[in-house]
Amino acid sequence: MKAETVKNEGLITLLIRVSGYSSVFFVALILFFLIREGLPALGDVSLSSLFGTRWYPIEGYFGVLPLIIGSLIVTIGAMLIALPFGVGTAVFLSEVSPLWVKSVLKPVIEILAGLPSVVLGFLGIQLAAPFFRRFLELPTGLTAFTGAVLLGFISIPTIVSIAEDALNSVPSSFRQGSLALGATHWQTIWRVTVPAARSGILTAVMLGVGRAIGETMAVMMVTGNAPVLPHGLDALFLPVRTMTATIASEMGEVATGSPHYHVLFFIGIILFILSLAINIVASSIALQSRTRAERLLS
Amino acid sequence: MEQSHHIRAAHRAEWIGTNLLRLVTLITAVPVIGVILYILARGIPAISLEFLTQMPRDGMRAGGIFPAIIGTIYLTLGTAVFSVPLGVAAGIYIAEYASDNWVTRLIRITIINLAGIPSVVYGLFGLGLFVVFLRFGTSILAASMTLSIMTLPVIISTTEEALRSVPNSFRVVSLSMGGTLWQTIWRITLPQALPGVITGVILGLERAAGETAPILFTGAAFFLPRLPQSPLDATMALPYHIFVISTSVPGMPVQIQYGTVLVLMVFVLGMNLAATLIRNRARARRQW
Repeated sequence: MKAETVKNEGLITLLIRVSGYSSVFFVALILFFLIREGLPALGDVSLSSLFGTRWYPIEGYFGVLPLIIGSLIVTIGAMLIALPFGVGTAVFLSEVSPLWVKSVLKPVIEILAGLPSVVLGFLGIQLAAPFFRRFLELPTGLTAFTGAVLLGFISIPTIVSIAEDALNSVPSSFRQGSLALGATHWQTIWRVTVPAARSGILTAVMLGVGRAIGETMAVMMVTGNAPVLPHGLDALFLPVRTMTATIASEMGEVATGSPHYHVLFFIGIILFILSLAINIVASSIALQSRTRAERLLS
Repeated sequence: MEQSHHIRAAHRAEWIGTNLLRLVTLITAVPVIGVILYILARGIPAISLEFLTQMPRDGMRAGGIFPAIIGTIYLTLGTAVFSVPLGVAAGIYIAEYASDNWVTRLIRITIINLAGIPSVVYGLFGLGLFVVFLRFGTSILAASMTLSIMTLPVIISTTEEALRSVPNSFRVVSLSMGGTLWQTIWRITLPQALPGVITGVILGLERAAGETAPILFTGAAFFLPRLPQSPLDATMALPYHIFVISTSVPGMPVQIQYGTVLVLMVFVLGMNLAATLIRNRARARRQW
């Protein structure tokens, strides 16, 4: 009986250990299969035309530049919206709002986080696009701008929850000290609390950017799917096509192993590396600020 | 005189600043509530027993959405089969077994990265590994396994957090009475952490149920005349169905679109609500 227990315990411990390592294994596996299917693109298409300015797969033009620019326009637009509204909401919830308002608003933000992106895309087509078309007098409402507004809303919950955590973890002695010196509530927020939480807020914004770049369905449904290289500032109000939307809308129709197939996987590698970089930077910002805080408190 | 001028300016800044924050929060929150109510108002007229239990007819422009509902249930359960045991075990490893060394740090970094990988890239990966390499074809099996890997980080992190919140004295007492490490986890720590673990599992599965991009090329079907018969069949699913009927079916009745959106929303937000209720109830009853 005793030996049995020890033997079972050894087996269970082994299983748990293997599961514990599984995330490392899966990240490696994802990278391996992206490279396996995506790297042959470099053999099918020359490097100069791969980073060319024309995406027209039917005639063999696989320039990913318009798609990268498309992702950039939509993401930057989304951040211009999500940054003030996300951080503003986080500051309001953490520093200003009475408890009962907070207990109503937090679930609302969580609902926004929980809405599937295809539902937001549907609402974009039904409500946002017609509204912006009429309001801004555009030929079509399916533009980078509509995508940016939608993406902004999609990124807000990420930014709010992480930024609010950062603000909450600022020691209350900071605020008390500031108030005791005669600063107003607003001065305390603006000059003490927010600066003290700045690295957490930065992490929040980084992860919001990651959320926006990777978003697929909503963006595909409302940005009008036009893979053209934008000229000038009015590009914001024209249709675009992001990297994610290109993969999602074209992968269903390509033959396995064709150059088009390999190039779509190659775009996947670009997205993977981007998300990796964003997450590593975001978590190193968070780590840095933690070690700094530990130094300050010791 | 100078002094009071400064004070007045400070008070004006205070008034403007805090009201600005109120306005910003209002602009964020009001559309969310508005959108939920709007979907309810436009979707409820579409809901009937027929809508929920019949096959689509007339090129999906009439009839019900039964196969899409069933498909989403299959995919969610299939995801649970793979991701719950693996995710909970991984959470246990990190919380109870792992020591603070470079391997553990590597595991943490990879979990963060798994959480950040775009959903469409999971779709590519599932296509490359499960559909093409392992020859599962576009199937419930391939789609569920793709979704499982995507939900792992949520389940791992919440399991770890739930286990860490169990006071250490529980473990010390069990171990000092001769319990092994696994007996302590299985009989003491895990039962105490269970509500937190279940909450995490539901939140992870909620995300899987609503996702479209990972199943686009791994298991979702545009339209199927009959229900899937085995895990190796493709399936219709609510999120993909919404995408199809809002972009690719000309002359689609708006009422069916809103009805389908409402069904998915109830499905997903219902899971969210269940998770919140379990968490709150456990918090209220907890004695430590």
